[in-house]
This record gives sequence, C-alpha cells and structure tokens, in this order.
Amino acid sequence: MAYDNAEQLEEFRLETRKWLEANCPPSMRTPMVDDEVVWGGRNATFKNPDSKVWLDRMAEKGWTAPEWPKEYGGGGLTRAEARVLEQELRRIKARAPLFSFKGKTRWCQGYSEPGAGSDLAGLQTRCEDKGDHYLINGQKVWTSYADKADWIFCLVRTDTSTKHEGISFILFDMKSPGVEARPIQLISGESPFCETFFTDVKVPKDQLVGRLNGGWEIAKRLLQFERSSISSSGFGGTGSLSPEEYAKQLIGTDESGRLLDGDLRGRLADHRMYAKAFALTVQRQTEQAKAGQAVGHTASILKYGAAKMNQDRHELLIEALGTEGLGWAGEGFDKGALRVTRQWLRSKGNSIEGGTSEINLNVIAKRVLGLKEHQ
Amino acid sequence: MSFVLTEDQEMLRETAMAFARDELSVNHLRALRDAGANGKDAKTRQKLAELGFFGVIIPDEPGAETFGLTGLGQILEAQGRTLAATPLLQTALIAASAFQLGGSPAQQAEWLPKIAAGEVTFALALDESAHFSPYSVSTEAERNGQGYTINGMKKYVPDAHHADTLIVVARTFGDSGDRHGLSLFLVPANAKGVTISELKTVDSHGAAHVTFDDVVVSEGALIGPADQGADILDPVLDRAAIGMAAEMLGSAQAAFDMTLEYLNNRKQFGQLIGSFQALQHRAAKMFVELEMTRSCVAAALSAADEGKADLAELASLAKAKAGELVHLVSNECVQMHGGIGMTDAAEPGFYMKRARVQEALYGSASWHRDRYARLAGF
Ligand SMILES: Cc1cc2nc3c(=O)[nH]c(=O)nc-3n(C[C@H](O)[C@H](O)[C@H](O)COP(=O)(O)OP(=O)(O)OC[C@H]3O[C@@H](n4cnc5c(N)ncnc54)[C@H](O)[C@@H]3O)c2cc1C
Repeated sequence: MAYDNAEQLEEFRLETRKWLEANCPPSMRTPMVDDEVVWGGRNATFKNPDSKVWLDRMAEKGWTAPEWPKEYGGGGLTRAEARVLEQELRRIKARAPLFSFKGKTRWCQGYSEPGAGSDLAGLQTRCEDKGDHYLINGQKVWTSYADKADWIFCLVRTDTSTKHEGISFILFDMKSPGVEARPIQLISGESPFCETFFTDVKVPKDQLVGRLNGGWEIAKRLLQFERSSISSSGFGGTGSLSPEEYAKQLIGTDESGRLLDGDLRGRLADHRMYAKAFALTVQRQTEQAKAGQAVGHTASILKYGAAKMNQDRHELLIEALGTEGLGWAGEGFDKGALRVTRQWLRSKGNSIEGGTSEINLNVIAKRVLGLKEHQ
Repeated sequence: MSFVLTEDQEMLRETAMAFARDELSVNHLRALRDAGANGKDAKTRQKLAELGFFGVIIPDEPGAETFGLTGLGQILEAQGRTLAATPLLQTALIAASAFQLGGSPAQQAEWLPKIAAGEVTFALALDESAHFSPYSVSTEAERNGQGYTINGMKKYVPDAHHADTLIVVARTFGDSGDRHGLSLFLVPANAKGVTISELKTVDSHGAAHVTFDDVVVSEGALIGPADQGADILDPVLDRAAIGMAAEMLGSAQAAFDMTLEYLNNRKQFGQLIGSFQALQHRAAKMFVELEMTRSCVAAALSAADEGKADLAELASLAKAKAGELVHLVSNECVQMHGGIGMTDAAEPGFYMKRARVQEALYGSASWHRDRYARLAGF
C-alpha cells in the first residue's frame, strides 16, 4: 500500500494508534527490565507472560520486521509508514517486542576471531569443500549469545591464497557436532558473548549464502547496517537520571539554580551540546537523504559520534554520582546507581564493538577525505 | 626541594616495587575478589608490618631521621602499580600524620609505636555525602560531662570494614559547611553504637558506611583541641591527597606500560598496532602527561617533608594532575587493547575501576582545580 499524500499517512497513523491502544499490554509500556528482554528462538523464555502476547500480536501483523515484504513474514510497510509506526510505538513508550525477527530462530554472528578484529578480513577459520559437504575448523570470538543461539551466520575462509576474495558467508545450526561456545565475562560483569570453537563441523553445501568466495561483500553490507543501526538508535543504556540531575541532587545548586561545581557544570554543558549537535546531524542527514541528496559515509561518522557521546555521558554520570557511583553490588548503594556503574563499564565497549573508533576515523580520513595511506 | 631520592629512599623504593610485583600482583587482587574478601587481607598486613612499611614516617626515637613522606610515597606508588589493597594510606599516612600534627604527647607515645609495628589500623571517617567536601560535616559530638556523645553517619569510608580504630571528624560547634567547630575523635571500631555496613565496591577494595548512634567517648579520645580540628584535618588531607596521587601515579604508569607492551605485540593488518601513528601519538602524549605528573607528585611529597608553605597548592596540583592522568591512561589502556580490554580475564578493566575510586577520594580533579584557583586568588 503506497501513500502519496500526507492525509493517507495520517489515516495510517490513526489506525496504528488504535491498534496499539488495543493490543499493547500495559506492562509492555513500562521501561524494559534486563531479564524480560525477549530473544526468541528454540529455547525462548518469557519471564513476563505479557511479553509473549505482545510478541505474538506484533509478529502476526508482521511488525517485528515492518518494512519486509509480506510474503517473507514482514509487515510490507513503506519507509514512511514504518517511521509512523516507530513514532507511535515511542509515543506510548512501548517495549521492543523482540530482539530478532519473528522469534522462531535466534541467530548469532560469527565474525571476529582472536587474530582478526579490526582487520576482520584477516580471518582464518577454515572451510573446506569435502564433496557433499563443507568442513569447518577454527575459532570465533565475541559471538554474541552463541551459548543461547539456534543458528550462526559465519564468515569463513574458503581460499587461503588471497585475503578478501577468499572469504565466504555460511549458515549453520549451533547444535551441529563440533561446535562449542564458552562465555566471556565482561568488565561490567555480564557474559553475553562467547568464544566459539569449531572442530570438524560438517555443513550442508546449500547453506552457503551467495557466491563461493563472495562473502566479504555480504559482510561489508551487514556491517554497514550494524553501524547505522547503532548510530540511529545510539547505544541505549539510558533509563537512569541524566548526569545533570544526579549532579544537582548530590552536589547542589546555588539560589539561581546553578550547579555548585562550576568545572563539572561546564563539562556537562559541553556534553549536552555535543548530544544536541549529534541529534541535529542525524536529523539533517535523514532529511537530506529523503530529499535525494547524497550524504555519504554517514555510518562511520555517526557510529564514532554515538560511541563518544555515550561514553562521555557515562563518565559524567559516574563523576556526578561521586562515591555513590562506585558500588558493585549489594546493600549500601542506590539500585539505579549500581546500574549506572555497570552501564558505564559496558559503554567502554562502544568504541570497540562494530568497528573501533580508530577504524571509523581511518575510514573517514581515507574514504571521505581522500587522504593517502601512510607509506 | 629534591627530585632525587636518597640512597635509603631508593632502596626502600626497590624493596616496595619488588614486593608489590612478587606478592601483590593484580592476580592477587583478583583472587581476593573472587574469594569475596572485599579488600580484607590479613596476610598482607602482616607482611607489610614485617617489612616495616607502617613506620616509614615515624621516627624510631624522637628526632631521628625517617624515610619521610617521600619514602612512603614510593611504597604507595608501588602498591598503585599492582592496585594492591593495603591499610597503608589510612594508617601509615593519614593516622600517623594526624597524631604527628595534632596528637598530644601521650597520644603520640601510645599510638605511633603501635602504628609503626603494624599492630593497629585506622580509617578516617569524614565524608557524609557522595562528594568530597571536608567541612560539610553534620555528625555531632556533644559534650556529656567527662567526654562526648557522637551521633551521625559517614559514607564510603575506605578501610572502615577492617580497621581497628576510626578517626571520626565530628562537629562540636556551628553548622555543616563551617570550618570552625570541627573536632577529631578516636573511636574503636567495635565501640557500642558504631555500625559498620560493608560495601562491595567496583574496585574490589571495599569500604563501609558507618553510623554512630549515641557513641560515648572520653575526653582523651579528642585529637587536638576541640572546635579547631580543621587545623589538623587540612594538612592531613593534603598529605592524603599527595599519598593518593603517588598511588595513582603508580597505577597510571603500570597501565601505560601494559598498553605499550600491547602496542609492541599485537598485530593487525600484518603490522604491529604500535606502528599506527594514530596510536603512537596518543601513547607519546600519555608519556608526556606521566612525566609531568611524576614531577608534581615528587614536588608535593618533598614539600610535605620540608614543611613548605606551598604544600596545599602542590597537593592540589598533584591530585588534580594524577586524577586527569589515571583517567586518561586507564581509558586508553582499555581502548588500545580492543575487545580484550573489555574482558574480565584481562587487567585493563581493573585499572579503570580502581582509577575512578582513586579519582573521587580526597577531592576530584575538579575539586582540586577549584581549590588551586582559590589558593591562587581567583
Ligand atoms: C562489547 C563488544 C561486543 C562485540 N560484539 C561483536 C559481535 O557481536 N560480533 C563480532 O564478530 N565481533 C564483536 N566484537 C568484536 C569487535 O568487532 C572487535 O573487538 C573489534 O573489531 C576490534 O578488534 P580487536 O578486539 O581484535 O582489536 P584490535 O583490532 O587488535 O585493536 C586493538 C587496538 O588497535 C587499534 N587499531 C587497530 N588497527 C588500527 C589502525 N589501522 N589504525 C589505528 N588504530 C588501529 C584499535 O582501534 C584498538 O584500539 C565485539 C567487541 C566488543 C568489545
């Protein structure tokens, strides 16, 4: 269904609003709690039964993948409609129903290896053609939720004589014999990632995606999606008071409402300005793109900015919290503050995951600015 | 002012560095953490006592030479290198200084030898809010005939969860925020009415909130004259800030060394990552900051030993610079280790966690910049 005028779009908005009003359970309009995130998959669990109701209704509408064609289980919405849906969901503060599509299969991503991080194309996991199947041997790292996922999409080496052109993209079941996942504990205490080992894993040949040795092209596109999804949604991890609020509460203000710590006040203002500039840039780029103007390499720019912004915010939170922000667990600390401390530690990964900030700046310098490689 | 250690101080430094390296590694802290010790480490306390580290600023007999705060600074720097949790800052530095600067001859004779022998440990109970603000004290000590009755609460007191005795800053006159009217009291940690609530902290060193509920102490518990505690507290806090700055210098140096080693070993794109200029310049800048901070810490330690008039200024300089340094280096250490830096199995995270505690205690960089400006008259 295509809308060619604002009126029809408005009609879609009203319908959507009505549907959400009727179908989004009240408890799904409260801030997400960590252990109620819905991951779907074979072993899906729903701590809050409303989560299942919400997911089933949204999936049935195809709205867990709003812009996908209906034939593939999506919602068949246009860009503009999808944006309206997003706005309406935000208006009622609805939780994301799910972290993956439809919720039937939970996927993990097998890219990074111990020796191949920034230089992802240096990956070594071997995939050999054994006639009627492929045989995979090697190790991945940072495989998110590999211990809980059903399937993996994985980059493997199918040709050792070249670098980028020797990589293929393959899918397989994590239950296959020879797959082992060991959780990695992060500095923030959680272990959502794994080291994943493959020993003689047999994979049917029709599970190779695209062309043999053509995996790098697919991976590059997916990385771009990853970066732009990070940059448009930011790194999350909010839900706490703002650093300004904590500072006002814990440090105090003068009669005119100015924060007593003038030095911190200046840096808080600086951060707010950066955040505003970032939001304006996202908006400018969106509008320009809509108008058909070229914007180029926004993903790297915004990914860099989003990481810096989230890290600055959390450093300011920790500073504003003072010793209240230095707890790890247990009694004696405000629960919200304890969460901030963990999020502060987690935010340090923002300039590493999905391509480090250094790599993003390299991309800007080389591809956007056209600066020459160091000889 | 001397930037060159005496031969004795140099030997002390080497002993302390070797001890920290061999017996108090980051893995030691990790093991304590995983065992739930929360910074309590009786064995280490015993070894520190055997090494004589508790008595570094305490003369064997009145008037005798000591290693001075400069000597103690070397030990704190060494323990900073490996993030060791020890009672030295609270006991060998803060408590010993409080007695030396404000204790009666009888108190000095009673406590200093015990401190030197490692027989007693202390914790300074000062902060009442989440931010360092030394005169913002509401905890009250009311006269009660022979002594005082203390009521109030203190937040995030380092070492209070294992110290034998607390040095409590309480108000005997005036209102929170007044410099005048503060008094320092010795309160046994197990005194009636004292409640110590242990905290699990991000750096695995632990700390405690302490409440005082009609805690009765004698006149003899007062260190220095009543109401004029700030005259002792101020120079003690300057020394604490300097000692902490020495510890932070050690932490920053170790995190820097670790980073440098990683730059010299990790390969990506077929090259050592240390060959990328983007990282080289950042490493070089950190080195410049390290060198500058080292000068400030040395100058502040030596000013304390020589009783220089610019002690307060140098204390703020050292604490602010060390705060900025350890903040920068601990962040860069994680970042330049890439994904590995985000794992608990690696050491960078330990440095970052401890750094924020070091930064907050005895005045943040922001607090000391403000004070530096005030001292400079603007
Ligand atoms: C929280 C988190 C989540 C992650 N999730 C995933 C995931 O889901 N799937 C996945 O496949 N991977 C994931 N990763 C891995 C991530 O993509 C890599 O960690 C990242 O690409 C960096 O690689 P590395 O860790 O090997 O660091 P290295 O590449 O070894 O980098 C070390 C340091 O060198 C710098 N450096 C490297 N090359 C250059 C250069 N040319 N110029 C300047 N500096 C350079 C880096 O920026 C970094 O500071 C995750 C990582 C983290 C921390």
